[in-house]
Amino acid sequence: MSMPAMKTEATAVALPAASAPVVTMTPKRAPRAEKYLKMVRETAVRVVPPLIVLALFLLFWELVCRRVGSTLPPPSRVFKDTKELIFDPFFDHGGIDKGLFWHLSASLQRVALGYSLAAIAGVALGTLVGQSVWAMRGLDPLFQVLRTIPPLAWLPLSLAAFRDGQPSAIFVIFITSVWPIIINTAVGIRNIPQDYRNVAAVVQLNPLEFFTKIMIPAAAPYIFTGLRIGIGLSWLAIVAAEMLIGGVGIGFFIWDAWNSSHISEIILALFYVGIIGFVLDRMIAGMAKIVTRGTALN
Amino acid sequence: MQPYLKLDHIDKTFTRGAASTEVLKDINLTIGKGEYVSIIGHSGCGKSTLLNIVAGLTDATMGCVLLENREVNSPGPDRAVVFQNHSLLPWLTVYENVRLGVDKVFASSKTRSERDAWTMHNLNLVQMAHAKDKRPAEISGGMKQRVGIARALAMEPKVLLLDEPFGALDALTRAHLQDSVMAIHQKLRNTVLMITHDVDEAVLLSDRIVMMTNGPAARIGEVLDVPLARPRRRLEVASNPTYLKCRQRVLEFLYERHRFIEAA
Repeated sequence: MSMPAMKTEATAVALPAASAPVVTMTPKRAPRAEKYLKMVRETAVRVVPPLIVLALFLLFWELVCRRVGSTLPPPSRVFKDTKELIFDPFFDHGGIDKGLFWHLSASLQRVALGYSLAAIAGVALGTLVGQSVWAMRGLDPLFQVLRTIPPLAWLPLSLAAFRDGQPSAIFVIFITSVWPIIINTAVGIRNIPQDYRNVAAVVQLNPLEFFTKIMIPAAAPYIFTGLRIGIGLSWLAIVAAEMLIGGVGIGFFIWDAWNSSHISEIILALFYVGIIGFVLDRMIAGMAKIVTRGTALN
Repeated sequence: MQPYLKLDHIDKTFTRGAASTEVLKDINLTIGKGEYVSIIGHSGCGKSTLLNIVAGLTDATMGCVLLENREVNSPGPDRAVVFQNHSLLPWLTVYENVRLGVDKVFASSKTRSERDAWTMHNLNLVQMAHAKDKRPAEISGGMKQRVGIARALAMEPKVLLLDEPFGALDALTRAHLQDSVMAIHQKLRNTVLMITHDVDEAVLLSDRIVMMTNGPAARIGEVLDVPLARPRRRLEVASNPTYLKCRQRVLEFLYERHRFIEAA
């Protein structure tokens, strides 16, 4: 950044004041072009290698699955079969015969609801466990056992309790993503340096102020680690849960495609699931970056 | 001398299970208003524990701390602490760190704009107003400690407690900051209790130096008056016979009579 600026100055000084307006314009434009070039170069460095790998992979896949009698379709076939789904994700023919947009948005809504509840409950419980020794002694062993239960194992129980697919799926998302949030929040709260507690004591912050002004910001990096693991797990769990509960949702879409032997549709759905999982993870990571910018610096 | 801060027969014993360690034994100290008192001793002798007891962050096992004849046993802004490692909150800016204390202490007695002005006044006092929007990670160690001092001063404490405030700084920065603290003390005449392990620092800054024996069960070994006129200037004082004599006394106490055996 400082290099082009210095160069501009040097040029300006070196040039005599003969044809000032024209001459001063030129060095001013040069660094900007350089900046754009640098930006393009930096983007290329990050984007080109994965594109090459992707192209090689598609080529390999195409070659392997092209033979007659291969069990999986090659990418060209996948594209041909699913063209309609790709280019018109918004159709709605009633029932579960909907475009992919509707399936994905149904899944995302369940995740959003279950995950939001998990985030609230997780941070609250994590704070309790991190702050109180007795809460930790009582609750931590319970959490350690419960968190190892696979998400789908909760589904029959929640179906029995709620007697409906929708709340059961949301509950499964909740119960899957809440544990890492609780545990990371608790670690974050427990690791608040004594210095910050001393500062709060000298300034005489009340418990509520202590919570909002010291605890949450100090534990934010840990909390966001938990939130990031949580969102990944909930996206993992929703597909499996929806396969079982049926209805509209990307999980059931995949299951339905399998039952109708539309292998190409499964592949397309997997592609979307992957991309959305990636975007969700990035979103939480981006949020963490904004919120913890001060804390992370130290 | 009117007693302002009084440490009355303070004992401190740390108990862990069946084992207990006596850290401080029978500490008696009276500090007058506007006095600058340093506590010096080898590391591990319990001087930080003593400061924490005065601050209210640690409870004394026996005895009590009296401030203006009233017992104090919980932390509060009337005994503001400048911590050794600055303890600024990294997610707040320099200004917000100071403002946090100001907002609490003057919640009802000052308006919003007065609190803003008071925060800036204290940042100016430590010459840190220029960095008010920076975060602690973006400023140097010496600057962080300046902000720590501003935060403590801004609470208008009755006693300012300094816990080895310059310990983590390089020699040049330390000297610079000592001069600042002297100037501030000269101007505001606040009562200061400072922990240090630097003999020159103690002699230069203090009206009295409290020398502590080695732990366990550390006591006050000796109290030395430093009868040097203020304002003191580092260079002039360095060759002053009184300064040298005081320095000699402290060194003798620390390195002859109460040598720190574990350090050898």
